[in-house]
Amino acid sequence: MTRKRRRLVIVLASLAGLGSAAALTLAAFSDNLVFFMTPADIAEKNPAPGQTIRLGGMVEPGSVHHATVEGSPAATFRVTDGKAAIEVSYSGILPDLFREGQGVVAVGALAQDHSFRAQEVLAKHDEKYMPKDVADALKKRGYWKDKGGVPGS
Amino acid sequence: MIPELGNFALALGCCLALAQGFIGIYGAWRRDSRLMAATPGLAIGQFLALAASAAALAWAATHDDFSVLNIVQNSAAAKPLLYKITGTWGNHEGSILLWGLVLAICGAAVALAGGNLPTALRARVLGVLGGTSCGFLLFALTTSNPFARIWPPAADGQGMNPLLQDPGLAFHPPILYTGYVGFAVPFAFAVAALLEGRIDAAWGRWVRPWALVSWCFLTCGIALGSWWAYYELGWGGYWFWDPVENASLMPWLTGTALVHSAIVVEKRESLKIWTVLLAIGTFSLSLSGTFLVRSGILNSVHAFASDPARGIFILALLALVIGGSLLLFALRAPRLASGGIFAPISREGAIVLNNILLCSICAVVVVGTMYPPFCDLLLGEKISVGAPFFNAAVLPLAIPVFAAMAVGPLLPWKRARLWPVVQHAWWAALIAVVIAGACSIGMKILPALAFGLSAWLILGSFAEVVERTLLFRAPVASSFRRARGLPVAVLGAAIAHAGMGVTVAGLAGASLSTQKIVSAKVGDSFQSGGYEWTLMRLEDVDGPNYSSRMATIYVKQDGVPLTLMYPSRRTFPLQHQTTYDVAISTNFLRDLYAVLGEERDGAAVLRLHVNVLAPWIWLGAGFMALGGALSLADRRLRVGAPSRARVAVPA
Repeated sequence: MTRKRRRLVIVLASLAGLGSAAALTLAAFSDNLVFFMTPADIAEKNPAPGQTIRLGGMVEPGSVHHATVEGSPAATFRVTDGKAAIEVSYSGILPDLFREGQGVVAVGALAQDHSFRAQEVLAKHDEKYMPKDVADALKKRGYWKDKGGVPGS
Repeated sequence: MIPELGNFALALGCCLALAQGFIGIYGAWRRDSRLMAATPGLAIGQFLALAASAAALAWAATHDDFSVLNIVQNSAAAKPLLYKITGTWGNHEGSILLWGLVLAICGAAVALAGGNLPTALRARVLGVLGGTSCGFLLFALTTSNPFARIWPPAADGQGMNPLLQDPGLAFHPPILYTGYVGFAVPFAFAVAALLEGRIDAAWGRWVRPWALVSWCFLTCGIALGSWWAYYELGWGGYWFWDPVENASLMPWLTGTALVHSAIVVEKRESLKIWTVLLAIGTFSLSLSGTFLVRSGILNSVHAFASDPARGIFILALLALVIGGSLLLFALRAPRLASGGIFAPISREGAIVLNNILLCSICAVVVVGTMYPPFCDLLLGEKISVGAPFFNAAVLPLAIPVFAAMAVGPLLPWKRARLWPVVQHAWWAALIAVVIAGACSIGMKILPALAFGLSAWLILGSFAEVVERTLLFRAPVASSFRRARGLPVAVLGAAIAHAGMGVTVAGLAGASLSTQKIVSAKVGDSFQSGGYEWTLMRLEDVDGPNYSSRMATIYVKQDGVPLTLMYPSRRTFPLQHQTTYDVAISTNFLRDLYAVLGEERDGAAVLRLHVNVLAPWIWLGAGFMALGGALSLADRRLRVGAPSRARVAVPA
């Protein structure tokens, strides 16, 4: 095998490797990209049921209901961005920092009845801090006062 | 007074690093032997200065000097002593100081252990290390000084994030940073080689141990971090593909490729240019990983805006180090002569395949990590890329790596045929296929495949050892004699590869794991994962700087008492934060894992997991690091100063 042919083989193998990496990346992107939306975004864009979404907003005060389904804890609550609100159901342990009137991010998908089934609820922030995505989205919707944070919190 | 001394030592270290960088490069360029001879002393001086600086910060932390801003923000009088010390590197400023200190340790190690290096090469390597170090120390001094004072002094500190108050995380950053920063040495060797314009087998022999040491530390650091996430965060997971984790995975992938391709440079004088590029790439990924992701520039664009000085300094520094070295590479790489020829099917060929696949995986991880922040920055679209993306894109590339990994070491150098390899490893392949087949009856296809691959990796890795010792064919005494004569590096490689197999089995075990969330009153019993869990007691317990609520869970299997578990929930009043203290009971084949959640109406929420083979994930990483350390101990790497190839004198 000459040097030239060896180089050709290596170059071809590298191209095949990177090519398949690119193909896999694109394929995985098209299936698994998760968009961040607020309830108003959902109302506008109307995503298909079953598509994974990161829902961000405020937990509407007074909307949280705890229940026990088949021995496991579950909860329903409403998430709002000031313009629209959406019903969220979740079975599992709500994070410790989950509070009414606080920011929350829920990962899940819309069900057929246009309620949101969360697989995961994130509230990994302390009392002063909001998830950044949520703060940005609420600012964009004009539901945010810079000094006092969110009204009612 | 002591913090001022620390600040002075930091500035002194920065000046020494500048001198080391300038004198090293300039002295080697001018061939001035007096200048070149000064660099080791400067490197050791820089190390001493930074060690003094770190000691001063630790002093301020242990003596509760709340006139230092960094201590106020991250420490508190009530914090246990161990965490006062380890807390010094648990924050941005302190971790930059630790970064600089580890870099200085690397420089001092090259200065002390590099006695057999040619003077000019050593001066250039130390010069590059010094220059890099100077940049980061300047960053620490100007934008994130750990010794900044506040007036008036605070009465007490704000305490650190309670999640960090844990022995596992206390030692995770130094180990991980040693891995990250250690790759600065292969990087410096690569840049020095480009400056010199030549690479030979001796260069490969010098670089390989450094790459291997860093790789071992990085492996341990990643494993420790993932283990910490497993037992401290209380979600039952161990890897979340978040940017901080990916930042450590990317240099690990290219570092693994580097450790392998350096063997080819050393043994066959081939793949030189590629190895230099890998050395540059690995350190660049270490740098950009830690600094871009941890400083929050990419993670949240707004952190960048809130402190523009920091962000711009970091970007400029990264551009200088990475861009400069890549420019040098583009200019000088064509001058590096390429060496031995090999056929596609050969040990070299297998290592090329390993490199291509590892770099492809790394490219996927880079895209998945960097795309969302850039998309947010450029298009204003908020998206996230989670575990499903990485699993879908990484697995198809990882499977061929695992499949080829066991065969590679069996191939001879230069030119090989597959048939003899098949003769050596058929039994391993057979067992692997049987295991995969047996697993596929009760499981999904992917876990079954993973168990088969894991068996193939573990058995195939030892096929070479079996082959070399003629085990089962020659008398035991003769096999034993052959085993003693086996190079340690062969054994090290087998153990490291088998370690990967153990980790794969641990990951596949996750598919067999079960979890159940229950709402329990004292005295209630639950069936989950084949075990009977009974909540016996709920009580309040006080810790040094937290109060805790502890549950006692009694676990029985088939009516036989097994163990008592004590999960608890800790409330840290100073930080208004709650952490979960997970109870884990392991027998190395499965973990019983219990978390105590919130309580409502006299019932506590419990999360009960049975994680099959989970300990194997970290056990395998331990084997990988052990294998690396063993091959480091190989006499062939230590005995005799490697002598350089003669430079061809142009006619």
